[in-house]
Amino acid sequence: MSKFVTIEILRYDPDKDKEAYYQSYKVEIRRPGMLMLAALNQIKWEQDPTLSFRRSCREGVCGSDGMNINGVNMLACMTKVEDLGTDHIVIQPLPGMPVMRDLVVDITDFINKFITVKPYIIRHSPMPDKELYQSPEDRKLLDGLYECILCGCCSSSCPSYWYDKEYLGPNAFLRAWRYLIDSRDEGADERLPILNDKHGVWRCHTIYNCVEACPKELNPTKAIVGIRKMLMDRKF
Amino acid sequence: MSMKIEYHEYDVLVVGAGGAGLNAAQVASQYVKTAVISEVYPTRSHTISAQGGISASLGNLEPDNWHWHMFDTVKGSDYLCDQDAAEFLCRKAPEMIIELEHIGLPFNRTPEGKIAQRPFGGHTAEYGKRPVKRACYVADRTGHAMLQTLFEKAVAQGTQFYSEFYALELIRNDNRVCGVLCMNIQDGTLHLFHAKAIIFATGGNCRIYETNSNAHINTGDGLALALRAGFSWADPEFFQFHPTGIYGHGNLITEGVRGEGGILLNGKGERFMERYAPTIKDLAPRDIISRAMVKEVLAGNGVGPDKDHVLLKIDHIGKEAIMEKLPGIHELALVFAGVDCTREPIPVMPTAHYQNGGIPTNYLAEVIKGYGEDGEEVYPGFYAAGECAANSVHGANRLGTNSLLDLVVFGRTAGERAAKFAKENEIADLPENAGEKGVKILEKFANSNGKYTFGPLYKELTTLMQNKAGVFRTEELMTEAVKELDDIEDKLSDFKVVDKSTVYNLDLIEALELNNMVTVSKVAAKAALLRKESRGGHSREDYPERDDVNYLKHTNAVLSGDGKSIEITYRPVRLKPLTVETFPPKPRVY
Repeated sequence: MSKFVTIEILRYDPDKDKEAYYQSYKVEIRRPGMLMLAALNQIKWEQDPTLSFRRSCREGVCGSDGMNINGVNMLACMTKVEDLGTDHIVIQPLPGMPVMRDLVVDITDFINKFITVKPYIIRHSPMPDKELYQSPEDRKLLDGLYECILCGCCSSSCPSYWYDKEYLGPNAFLRAWRYLIDSRDEGADERLPILNDKHGVWRCHTIYNCVEACPKELNPTKAIVGIRKMLMDRKF
Repeated sequence: MSMKIEYHEYDVLVVGAGGAGLNAAQVASQYVKTAVISEVYPTRSHTISAQGGISASLGNLEPDNWHWHMFDTVKGSDYLCDQDAAEFLCRKAPEMIIELEHIGLPFNRTPEGKIAQRPFGGHTAEYGKRPVKRACYVADRTGHAMLQTLFEKAVAQGTQFYSEFYALELIRNDNRVCGVLCMNIQDGTLHLFHAKAIIFATGGNCRIYETNSNAHINTGDGLALALRAGFSWADPEFFQFHPTGIYGHGNLITEGVRGEGGILLNGKGERFMERYAPTIKDLAPRDIISRAMVKEVLAGNGVGPDKDHVLLKIDHIGKEAIMEKLPGIHELALVFAGVDCTREPIPVMPTAHYQNGGIPTNYLAEVIKGYGEDGEEVYPGFYAAGECAANSVHGANRLGTNSLLDLVVFGRTAGERAAKFAKENEIADLPENAGEKGVKILEKFANSNGKYTFGPLYKELTTLMQNKAGVFRTEELMTEAVKELDDIEDKLSDFKVVDKSTVYNLDLIEALELNNMVTVSKVAAKAALLRKESRGGHSREDYPERDDVNYLKHTNAVLSGDGKSIEITYRPVRLKPLTVETFPPKPRVY
């Protein structure tokens, strides 16, 4: 016997809707371990072609399909419908970002904040002809940082990010820290003042929502603490 | 839909923001005003999914040299690659890896701090004697790290990005390309980019197959646009079916698993690759392993209730090694196959992974004509790099890790050449009817109100390609495929885009993509029908042998007449390398 779940999706099309509304769909669970992205494609391809959302790689690395499912930010392509433990599912766009259409949010500000922290190697010493040597221990420091997929699940779960429009947010700090502790980088003098701003790392209230939300199990709060410590060490 | 078109002018325009497009852009931006248009945000391009590594004969762990790498590339291609391009690729590889390292790519390291390397399929020492450690890697997230690093570098260089812009038409004026018409997906507005030089880096098209490893965006848009503008597609019949797609899903399990010691087992628990490739076994090239897997299943040696797949075993290298070098695989196997690969094998079957052909270019990434006596003649100011291009270093079968290398080597070359061209040449005038064709296609679908919608028709297309023009190819099946594809094309004239919004209209984008996929599928199926031999990824039941007398040549496809007819011709393979001796075709034994 086939099994169905109800999926309620927050819909909004600025061309015709004055305000957002919930629309309900019945979705068939067609295989054990069926993923939420397959459920959304089922709706789009078989029931309602007007539903809009982002997706691309379908395997949790491109970061396109971050959305709020039953109150938690996650990737649709890596979430099993059954694991939600309910047959009534509510999907909303990522919170704290302007909604463009249905589950599609405007990430321009999110990307700009990422770029603000100078997310690239800054180096003044000359480069050798060969690779810059980096010990396995120094390389290991980058684990848990470089794996970020820029899905926005962290920043859009952060109350400080919702409240302070200038706040750089956990994603930008995670990337800043990835470069600050890279043994090849010499950009701390340029990067730290940006992070020391009143909209920088001090605005984090260690709520840990970002850690909860990250689908790659990364820890932006730890990165923020690392940056704070680096700022303090430099001051005293 | 508003038909007002916003005008933009650049020196260099890059279409596509994967590894090739971003490397081209970051290089060109150092010299001239450069813009990138991309259907998705750059870090969401499909390069992000590349797992296992990028090859270069650095020799960090054991002796290696570029000539061995070139031999492997030529032999891996089943001798269909152009040997000047293969020499260029393999000689450039070490300096490209160093450049990537210098801009921040977090490669895994050896104990003394050098870039770590591991074995990969078809990469050997001393011209085929034994596997060699040539693949540089970032755990099993090499493409992810590379794409983000290149994006960050391009940002630092001041590249202008237009993200979520969908290309509708490549505009040419006689022999010069001069612009691209796009739609901003976010608000439905039209934009015309006028440029001195254009680089196509639009990626692949394996979404035409039901079982594939590709992202939703890999629909062959760039190829279809180039074809409609009168440019060629070389070797369209050659697809790579990667052996280790997750059974039932098609998502990729990197060859790096076998590079780290993983082995393939059939239903009898036999390590069957020992029979098919006695020297390098599970590290044979992908076409050979995929064919062996299909043979095992057809012989009744498969696994599972339907005996329809095989197993990839890696648990014997230990949990610690798996979590350090293959953490992404562990996650994918868990989510998609429900398998903990530190304890159990992963069920796998071949999955459509890569198109080996593309827009034909010379070894400098300059797009060539492809047909006629002057087939090698260059179109000034037009470049192609990455999966959408055929330079051709991959020929009939690409070696693992050579695609990331292809992206950076030919992306850089395209960026350098395009910037130089833009400095030395005036912009070509837009023709009177610039953008008309693109607007017409857009209007046709945006206003469509017929019978067929995307979902069912897309399913019909991919099932057809899977069953009749996939791994298993015969005259009979492909003749049916060619005919049925015409029927699907007819249905596009009775199509319905239900969504009429101007804002993020995914229904419309999918319709335009389907239109491109149908064009691409038709060309691929016809070319496959006409190549009566087996070579690399093109494996025919009715012509099981390679035929160098009649088919050691590139296929070249162009659209003609109303754009619905396909003309297939052939072009000699460039067998002469730049400086070294030719590797003459030999039987492919591993």
